Amino acid sequence: MHRSSDRSKLFTRRAAVLGSGKLVLLSALVGRMYYLQVVEAPRFKTMAEENRISIRLLPPPRGKIVDRFGEELAVNEQNYRVIITAEDTNGNPKGTLDTLGQIIEISEKEKKKILKEIKRKRSFVPVTVRENLTWEEVAQIEVNTPDLPGSEIDVGQTRHYPKGSYSAHVLGYVASVTERDAKDDPLLELPGFRIGKSGIEKLHDLKLRGTGGTSQVEVNALGRVIQEVQRQEGEPGAEVMLTLDAGLQQMVSERLGEEAAAAVVMDIHTGDVLSMVSSPNYDPNAFNRGLSHKEWQDLITNPRGPLTNKAIAGQYAPGSTFKMIVALAALEKGVITPSQEIFCSGHMELGNARFHCWKRGGHGKVNMVGAHMHSCDIYFYEIAKRVGINRIHDMAIRLGIGEKTGLDLPGEHSGLMPSRDWKLATIGAPWQGGETLITGIGQGYVLATPLQLAVMASRIASGKNVVPHLTRKITTSDGVEIPARTEFDSLGISHNHLKIVQSGMNAVTNIPGGTAYRSRIKEPEFAMAGKTGTAQVRRITKAERDNRVLKNNELPWELRDHALFVGFAPYDNPRYAASVVVEHGGSGSHTAAPVVRDILLEAQRRESARGELLSAPKKVKKDEGEA
Amino acid sequence: MMSRYRLGQDKLTIGRKILELNWGFVFLLIITSCVGFAMLYSAAPGDPNIPGSIGSWDPWAKRQLIRFAGGMMIMLVVALTDIRLWMRYSYVLYFIALGLLIGVEVKGSIGMGAQRWISLGFFQLQPSELMKITIILALARYFHSRSLEEIQSIPYLFVPLFMVAAPSVLILRQPDLGTTLMLILGSGVIFFLAGVRLWKFALVGISGLAAIPVAWQFLHTYQKKRVLTFLNPENDPLGAGYHIMQSKIAFGSGGMMGKGFGQGSQSHLNFLPEKQTDFIFTMLAEEHGLVGGLAVIGLYLLLLIYGYAIALRARSQYGRLVALGVVTTFFLYIFINIGMVMGLLPVVGVPLPLISYGGTVMISILFSFGLLLSVSIHRDVTISRKGEQDDF
Repeated sequence: MHRSSDRSKLFTRRAAVLGSGKLVLLSALVGRMYYLQVVEAPRFKTMAEENRISIRLLPPPRGKIVDRFGEELAVNEQNYRVIITAEDTNGNPKGTLDTLGQIIEISEKEKKKILKEIKRKRSFVPVTVRENLTWEEVAQIEVNTPDLPGSEIDVGQTRHYPKGSYSAHVLGYVASVTERDAKDDPLLELPGFRIGKSGIEKLHDLKLRGTGGTSQVEVNALGRVIQEVQRQEGEPGAEVMLTLDAGLQQMVSERLGEEAAAAVVMDIHTGDVLSMVSSPNYDPNAFNRGLSHKEWQDLITNPRGPLTNKAIAGQYAPGSTFKMIVALAALEKGVITPSQEIFCSGHMELGNARFHCWKRGGHGKVNMVGAHMHSCDIYFYEIAKRVGINRIHDMAIRLGIGEKTGLDLPGEHSGLMPSRDWKLATIGAPWQGGETLITGIGQGYVLATPLQLAVMASRIASGKNVVPHLTRKITTSDGVEIPARTEFDSLGISHNHLKIVQSGMNAVTNIPGGTAYRSRIKEPEFAMAGKTGTAQVRRITKAERDNRVLKNNELPWELRDHALFVGFAPYDNPRYAASVVVEHGGSGSHTAAPVVRDILLEAQRRESARGELLSAPKKVKKDEGEA
Repeated sequence: MMSRYRLGQDKLTIGRKILELNWGFVFLLIITSCVGFAMLYSAAPGDPNIPGSIGSWDPWAKRQLIRFAGGMMIMLVVALTDIRLWMRYSYVLYFIALGLLIGVEVKGSIGMGAQRWISLGFFQLQPSELMKITIILALARYFHSRSLEEIQSIPYLFVPLFMVAAPSVLILRQPDLGTTLMLILGSGVIFFLAGVRLWKFALVGISGLAAIPVAWQFLHTYQKKRVLTFLNPENDPLGAGYHIMQSKIAFGSGGMMGKGFGQGSQSHLNFLPEKQTDFIFTMLAEEHGLVGGLAVIGLYLLLLIYGYAIALRARSQYGRLVALGVVTTFFLYIFINIGMVMGLLPVVGVPLPLISYGGTVMISILFSFGLLLSVSIHRDVTISRKGEQDDF
């Protein structure tokens, strides 16, 4: 009993200790609960919310690109694709894929790739089997749906260019995002998202892209969507209106045909580029569809360069189209008067060298208008010699040759306008007098793009510092954004000097004997003034000159001269300027001048057919009569 | 002296025993289990055809209810059985449990990998669960039969130490770290209550600490990982620390009042693992907040207090040791489970008693509560050292 009572007392004591210990431990649990659920609650609440809510991006529709009248040039088209969701295939995705393979063509290699992707992804994530299905394929798949568990037709969007290839170079194209592209926009991470890779699509990519919407969905731990909690629609991409006239674009494109050529048509008052075509072109829709290896090889190895936008990236010796610049420089310096005559014997000497006129026997006495009309080389050698390269250089820069025009289109080249400093710096040799002479007829180092030639013609016709542009306005959901335009400043060239040169250009086309008289516009109200140019691609040797200069059609294509023509119309109240360069086209008067005539005539006819002016020139009195 | 008046009570009738049953305890037990049913109902996905439908009796709540009813029957039978009978068969039951453990071990090593249970057709018996109870009975009987002097001398400690060591090694090999720890801690408490000197515990504690590096070598990779994850869960939020992190998020986001019945986003969107078993307390805390969690801990505390009261009122050393052994095991379940889901302890796979879904644990707990109630009914029965009625 005694021992038993001792044991009992010890038990009671130790039970009390044990019980207190348990109370302490339970208090620790309560303390921990308080810490988690009260002290740290805000932090964990946020974390739970983040856990639960997954934000999905909704791709916005890409903005349209339209011409100046609203005609669609680039739109989005519905793209039907077939997808397979593994969990709905009754556990047999391969079976569904095989059956699908009997309806649409799927290669074994593709099948393997698709099955691998299905395995890699969670069973509720759909996997694309094929995109860009035709209507027929869609219908066949729909009919066979009962035999295709887990397959589904899904509609996405792809870029489509309804006018196909006519404006391919201006519009550019869209393609998948590559590693190199900046990853600042989460939209770029979306599978199948495309961005502008060239042309207007690239320039205005950010605006055309729009902003992605978000769909907040409740997901479970596996990422399966339980329900949509909140949806915020994104903003569709902005609509970009270009200055192009789609109809004119088509006409110019067809007129150039398969020649390696470029044409630019501008409004000389606004700088609007109404048409810009580089030929041959390509089908931008093919880029979306995916080019075959062969198609791609054909494009990049074609000697006529279908992928290059020759209008802004093709650089050509301007040839005789450069002569107006020399004339204006000479008039400005006062080294010649318009009526002063220079004798052309067919050649002239400078130092030990002999310089030839294109006409073997010479033109005899010519004044400035006559020199333009007959494109007399000797006259321009002489006045170039008198005025010097530096002044020619400065005038050329003022008229837009040798520097980028600032057109809102990626990929423009600057051309080249040589000067004494330029030659010393890049070639390391001093300028030679003879080089001034050949520059005077647009040969030698001088290079210009077709766009620069059109800008030059615009500036000669208007006397203003015309800057070309392609973007007319951008319409976002917030409103309309019109690129800032300032009234073009005067070039500071004497009005009389411009008049002389303009009448020289008028003589070229409208006076019998002018180099492009055959290509004149016969309707007086649409009359065109212009200037031919023929740029040598090869050097004519003395031996050949002594014997007989080979005709262009006797030479292989790549050795023939480039044919150029610049012009503006109507002559007495200029509104449009155009330039055409046909690579290896032979002579400007034969090949390029008729094209410019047709283009300028079409441009004016389209205007009068619409009964309105594309741009209302200010301070021009004869407006009413012509509208 | 009191016992003299009550001597006749060793021949208690069944009716008398039922009256003597600790009904308050039984009532608390039912309330706590009902909390479990409610949570299991909430954990189940609702009817997809009815929008806004929350919870379902299937698959968990209904079955848990049936098991609970069965367990209650077992508990009553155990409670009404004479405490002296339990004492007489203490060693026998212990050796049966040990034998089954060895059986599982042999079968496991012959068969395919680890196995913790023996199928009895309608019921899966886990020998380790049985051992948790029988070790209490065996140790209580051993210490009951020894005088304080004997208990405080070293040679008498070898037998009980072996009684703990043998099943511990077997269960650790299964491998089941949580059960092993509970077995050792529960047994340690009986040693302590029986009067083993404190410095011996200190000695065991120190040698235990010293053995940690050695024991570490024997741990399975996944066990090591759990311990490491426990030490720093936020370092590895998507790997092994994922469950603990998600559980803490569930707790924290529940806040003071909780998100409401069936509204726990963490639980219902499956961010929470094992929400119906080991992590059910997390779900409860998420849906009912600090208030709900404290209410459940309060219920447990009341059950523990009842247990202590029963232990302190029992006249026999055997009864006292059994009562506190049972209460301590119950406490260890609660503490380890809640500590685990709150990131205080490593994840060792211990369920929350009476609430977590699972038949074996439910029945094992109710069986041990039967013993506790038996101690309560037979509190005034005095038992001799040999296990017979002490008639002086």
